[in-house]
Amino acid sequence: MTTTEHKPHTSSEIGGLGHSRRRVEDARFLEGRGNYVDDITLPKMLHMAIHRSPLAHARIISIDTSAAEAVEGVVAVVTGELLAGYNLAWMPTLSGDTQAVLATDKVRFQGQEIAAVIATDRYVAQDAARLVEVEYEDLEPIVNPQRSLEEDAVLIRDDKEDQTSNLCFEWESGDKALTEAAFAKADKVVSLETHYPRSHPAPLETCGIIADVDSATGQATLYMTSQAPHAHRTVFALVAGLAEQNIRIISPDIGGGFGNKVPIYPGYVVATAASLVIGQPVKWVETRTENLISTGFARDYYMKGELAVTNDGRILGLRVDMLADEGAFYADAQPSKFRAGLFHIVTGSYDYPAAYVTTRGAYTNKAPGGVAYRCSFRVTEASYLIERLVQNAAYELGMDPAEFRSNNFIQADQFPYHSPTGFVYDSGDYETAMRKAMEMVGYGDIQAEKEEARKEGRLVGIGMASFTEVVGAGHGEDYDIIGLKMFDSAELRVHPTGKAILKLGVKSQGQGHETTFAQIVAEELGIPAGDVKVVEGDTDNTPYGLGTYASRSTPVAGAATAVISRTLREKARKIAAHLLEASEEDLEWETGKFFVAGDPESSVSIQDIAFAAYTNPPPNVEAGLEGVHYYDPPNMTYPFGTYIVVVDVDPESGQWKVRRMVAVDDCGVKINPMIVEGQIQGGLTEGFAMSSMQHITFDETGNCLGSNFTDYLVPTAWETPRFELGETVTPSPHHPIGAKGVGESATVGSPAAYVNAVVDALQHMGVQNVEMPMTADRVWHAMQEADGG
Amino acid sequence: MNITVTVNGMEHTADVEPRLLLVDFIRTNLGLTGTHIGCDTTSCGVCTVLIDGTPVKTCTMFAVQANGRSVTTVEGLKQNGELSAMQQAFREHHGLQCGFCTPAMMLVGTALIEENPDPTEDDIRWAISGNLCRCTGYMNIVKSIEAAAETTREGAIS
Repeated sequence: MTTTEHKPHTSSEIGGLGHSRRRVEDARFLEGRGNYVDDITLPKMLHMAIHRSPLAHARIISIDTSAAEAVEGVVAVVTGELLAGYNLAWMPTLSGDTQAVLATDKVRFQGQEIAAVIATDRYVAQDAARLVEVEYEDLEPIVNPQRSLEEDAVLIRDDKEDQTSNLCFEWESGDKALTEAAFAKADKVVSLETHYPRSHPAPLETCGIIADVDSATGQATLYMTSQAPHAHRTVFALVAGLAEQNIRIISPDIGGGFGNKVPIYPGYVVATAASLVIGQPVKWVETRTENLISTGFARDYYMKGELAVTNDGRILGLRVDMLADEGAFYADAQPSKFRAGLFHIVTGSYDYPAAYVTTRGAYTNKAPGGVAYRCSFRVTEASYLIERLVQNAAYELGMDPAEFRSNNFIQADQFPYHSPTGFVYDSGDYETAMRKAMEMVGYGDIQAEKEEARKEGRLVGIGMASFTEVVGAGHGEDYDIIGLKMFDSAELRVHPTGKAILKLGVKSQGQGHETTFAQIVAEELGIPAGDVKVVEGDTDNTPYGLGTYASRSTPVAGAATAVISRTLREKARKIAAHLLEASEEDLEWETGKFFVAGDPESSVSIQDIAFAAYTNPPPNVEAGLEGVHYYDPPNMTYPFGTYIVVVDVDPESGQWKVRRMVAVDDCGVKINPMIVEGQIQGGLTEGFAMSSMQHITFDETGNCLGSNFTDYLVPTAWETPRFELGETVTPSPHHPIGAKGVGESATVGSPAAYVNAVVDALQHMGVQNVEMPMTADRVWHAMQEADGG
Repeated sequence: MNITVTVNGMEHTADVEPRLLLVDFIRTNLGLTGTHIGCDTTSCGVCTVLIDGTPVKTCTMFAVQANGRSVTTVEGLKQNGELSAMQQAFREHHGLQCGFCTPAMMLVGTALIEENPDPTEDDIRWAISGNLCRCTGYMNIVKSIEAAAETTREGAIS
């Protein structure tokens, strides 16, 4: 187990940065007193169930709701036609596209929302939803983006006036001419075509809402599974025509998000409209099947990467062409200037001058997405591609993959590093992290064992990934979601007795914000973390923020918390000077108190200062010790690390097992090492899941074949490997406390390490690639085909 | 149909629809919302409770099947007003993140160490393999159950 290299500056009673403080939120979860959306019951509450399309692509001829309406207990059946009367049949997505709320013209994916039944009981609502009858005219279902972009493909988005093909977006980054020149000079070009398969975040709590619209006052209180309650409030104001001051979104406890709870789903909008019209609260909670077939999927990127290399092992340039399957509606949440998110971080941890990245997205008859599943806007796909390419390049050059990486790493003294696609990496020391991981795993011994194993008929592989992430968007000038700049906020109120409340625009889904954000205040003001209550997820009672995804809570809201704490500390200095009858310049700060320089006995605690702020403020100083800060990050942060996986592959069956998994992470300064480790362990598991089993597939007619947990496999405790964690600490130079964010590093970085390990076990046979998820039959086929079988 | 079910030591009698799922009886009729719903197909395990001491997934069991039986939910884990060894261990070893799978994990762990006071890591992983967790990667859940087993053994000796 790791120990932090940075000793805490504060005592455990204060509990500032670096303390593995036990979690505040656990108190309610351990007793079953969590408060998730489905746990909330309101008086006179009705229940909603949705009738969904069984077909992937069809024109709607007619919708008959009479049988559903006749069921006892049914209050209303809502169709798109009805919503159209309120201008609500369509809604904007967070990527600037439009999405049908309830289908009126066509259905465009299996599981699409067509009608909603509102009833007095959930069972009745579900019974009646089945009785909605829809007559269809079949259209060609398009289930892959390659077919979608062929000239004779039927137009999926015929609802959009200017849409003449199924092309959803086209975007490029880097310098084409410079890159072509680099490739012209190359000794070798190493290429890899691979598909990052469609996955689903599948948090154990599905999505849901209770919409409570008071028809007398116009007040809409929406209890919603929302990772971004403020942004959602604004979208609701724009979509539903409700006055924004009358919309209150409460995002209570969330049972995991992983990006699945970033988009706005049709069910939220229908329930709100139904509550508005009926005048009673309406609850809608998805079933698991609804969650898997209709809400934000992830990935589904077809990528071709080429590395230009020299014979002595230097990378000269990178060329990437990517085709994304976006489903029927472009409904992820991309920063508006970046249509493929931050995919252009694909140059990775390596230093070369030339890169050119072209991306296209295509509409298909599949569920809309794709969300950044535990990922900062498509960084996962990018990291996978470069780390797979680098390993294959090393093989082609006859080099050790670690030495090839070492040859090409951005060096510690090159930061801030300007990447060829326009990023400015803040800090890093890739070589040290890699060497540490190699030492932990015993790299040389495993390499030696590989040779021996082969002689005995065993297959052993070792693979690594030295990833660099980019997280914590904005800067607001470059990064926005439908125009909303990607800042975040913190409001701190220190009460007269020295206790404090911190209110945030972000929203935890299990990351432990109530514990960690109090530690930032404790560090900066010396108020014990236990005296700081953290509030989030209630738009009436927290300052505006863009929410929790893309590992942005610590980089952005964490920074806001540090800055507002420091601002209040400066005000506290004025009050302290008044109390000590000294000049401000003569005061020095030590955790929790100001004292007169050279006279430590003359001191006043932050608690006494807080009391004075309300009872005895200095003349010309406003009473109170409260403030709010909106933090616009000057740059993003760049966590990194090296993951190494050792696998044993069964040559007979293709089954593979993780023998060792070593993860060295560098997320800068840690707020709470225990929680950081928990985040990494969880992320490594999701990386393992994608590399080994998670896959949402479709048949040729567009039937989703991953519609429940018996078909869509996620790892249990039995399959999940044991992880060995290590760390290096390279603070972010521009973040107020030097932190970088860690919630997604392991999901981003680890899939390539698992695949590299399996490919490494087979590469002597000529195997250069195994596609994810690496099921036993895929590995077996890879071996057979390489053997000429 | 009339049923009588003892839940966390308290007897409840109710007239329920034959198709009412046990999980809905527990959550809606009794208001014990610590038992969750995650999949409806007996796959994820967040609806697990103990029935006569044995872990059972209640999303595919009818309330009427629990007639005459004794059910323990997470709300019944505290002992004498104190967190149980299992609950304390989950806090101490960071065995939970979003908290959604946690009640079921603690109940399964409790049943395991009742039957097997000194489980190996594999015993624990096998016991919880019917319960999914998407946050933790299971390592700290395993550690929590190991620690609770140890505390319970020590408590039994002293």
